[in-house]
Amino acid sequence: MKQFGGPALFLDRSDINTDEIIPAKYLTEITKEDLKPYILEDLKLPGFDPKGNKTLNARVIVSRANFGCGSSREHAPWVFEVNGITAVIAESFARIFRQNMFNCGMAAIELPKDKIDLLFAYSSCADASVSVDVEKQTLTISGGGKEESLSFEVSPFDKALVLAGGWVDYADGKY
Amino acid sequence: MGKTTAEKIFASHLVDEPFSGTKVLRLDVVMCHEITTPIAIADLMARGKDRVFDPDKIKAVIDHVTPSKDSKTATQAKMLRDWARRHAIKDFFDIGQNGVCHALFPEKGYIRPGYTVIMGDSHTCTHGAFGAFAAGVGTTDLEVGILKGVCAFREPKSIRVNLNGTLPKGVYAKDAILFVIGQLGVNGATDRVIEFRGPVVDAMTMESRMTLCNMAIEAGGTSGICMPDMVTVEYLWPFIQNEYASKEAALAEFCKWCSDDNAVYDRVLDFDLTAIEPIVTFGYKPDQVKPVSEIAGSPVDQVYLGSCTNGRLEDLRIAAKILKGRKIAASVRGILSPATPKIYKDAMAEGLIDIFMEAGFCVTNPTCGACLGMSNGVLAEGEVCASTTNRNFMGRMGKGGMVHLMSPATSAATAIEGVIADPRKYL
Repeated sequence: MKQFGGPALFLDRSDINTDEIIPAKYLTEITKEDLKPYILEDLKLPGFDPKGNKTLNARVIVSRANFGCGSSREHAPWVFEVNGITAVIAESFARIFRQNMFNCGMAAIELPKDKIDLLFAYSSCADASVSVDVEKQTLTISGGGKEESLSFEVSPFDKALVLAGGWVDYADGKY
Repeated sequence: MGKTTAEKIFASHLVDEPFSGTKVLRLDVVMCHEITTPIAIADLMARGKDRVFDPDKIKAVIDHVTPSKDSKTATQAKMLRDWARRHAIKDFFDIGQNGVCHALFPEKGYIRPGYTVIMGDSHTCTHGAFGAFAAGVGTTDLEVGILKGVCAFREPKSIRVNLNGTLPKGVYAKDAILFVIGQLGVNGATDRVIEFRGPVVDAMTMESRMTLCNMAIEAGGTSGICMPDMVTVEYLWPFIQNEYASKEAALAEFCKWCSDDNAVYDRVLDFDLTAIEPIVTFGYKPDQVKPVSEIAGSPVDQVYLGSCTNGRLEDLRIAAKILKGRKIAASVRGILSPATPKIYKDAMAEGLIDIFMEAGFCVTNPTCGACLGMSNGVLAEGEVCASTTNRNFMGRMGKGGMVHLMSPATSAATAIEGVIADPRKYL
């Protein structure tokens, strides 16, 4: 089973939308790799630099409610994928973004607010890192010499998509 | 126990339930445009799966950037065009015939009550106005839809929103949906279908119902849905008259899709719209709404009238009624994008285009244009647009630009005054 993880990028705001993740003017690109430099380009958040090392090194994003709202553009998960970010952990997701993540074989993990708060307690640690095990439905956060493990829910279908490596292979083999 | 419309459509289209709570549905229509489809085509080709499940059930249009503005958008258009030809997709609309997808496809009669519809576009929920289950999806879902004619969804729960009373003068479907989003919040309907009911919806035209359903996604909804009725039959009659003996026969058939009286809802909300004012958004989320009286006087640089929300003939008529014999403020740029060639032509025949041009509007060809900041009216840093579109995210219509969402009537009044203005004084 695919495992996800690495340095975490904390985006402390609800309703981060797909236009902020990848502005529409880049939707004229027709390869995923070409999207790479434009990750989170229009996201205005105190202390956040889309071109900074924290963004470039991140492998996991931790955020608040309704992450990925707005457009259906799968360019949003893709711009994460080509930058090495394959898991997003949030209080809740917009439906299309969440499905796009799993359809690409990546993970969109929902946790209740108190557990998200617990993850955000690590946001000041320079070495904050999260590992996600979709099979076991557990994740571990570490930083500043501390470490904690949490369990999460994921639908059996979404788990199967991660296992299959995405929806195209899953569907073409089955339907 | 009764069923909702969404539950009836799911039950009748079920192909598989691979896991509890996940339903794989057979699709009646797969819609495609040139922004999200070419990359699906490229991926299918790379996988050696350059096939389509049924060319007659695929509808395609070049609408987001048309005519192409540069080499990249020309390539996207070419990829879609070549693919449509290669697979004999006859319902493909290129320049000269193309219009905004969610206005064009209903106008062609492609959507029926009880249908399942997907498109790689979040505002696909518009088509729920016909009593269909229509949902926006990403490129991978689109790809599987093209290849296999199926799509997976979670079990649909429905929120019933009863719009009671009657809409006051100067208040339209756009105001009603902005009001509802203000009440539900931007994620109030996530994983839910919003069922629009009540006397206000019953009295609405199909155009108004499309405006209502178009913005269900702005409350997070999977789809919006209206009950099919005689208004639906009348709209579709030119396309279905050979299939039914009478309009009453069509109505009887369509009404089988209506929610049962004892259907179970996740939530039921009642709003009386009799006393509401025209609604305008402020800020950068569609649930940030104010009555026009609280925001009137706020300056704008551009007025945009068009898009899948409000670029239909009804919208043009409403705005033209206010603009007739008047000029837009010298400080404002007015842009009108009729949503389809038919709307453009009908508006010309009615003299509406003359009214807009006399008032000082620039009239563009049918296109999604400036709505998502891709062409035809992108804002500069710090500029403000009064817009009949559906999304006011920061920078949506251009980096550093701001958007106030409003009805065609409010946008027309705003164009005249150069600041956000109450349309009721012009009616």
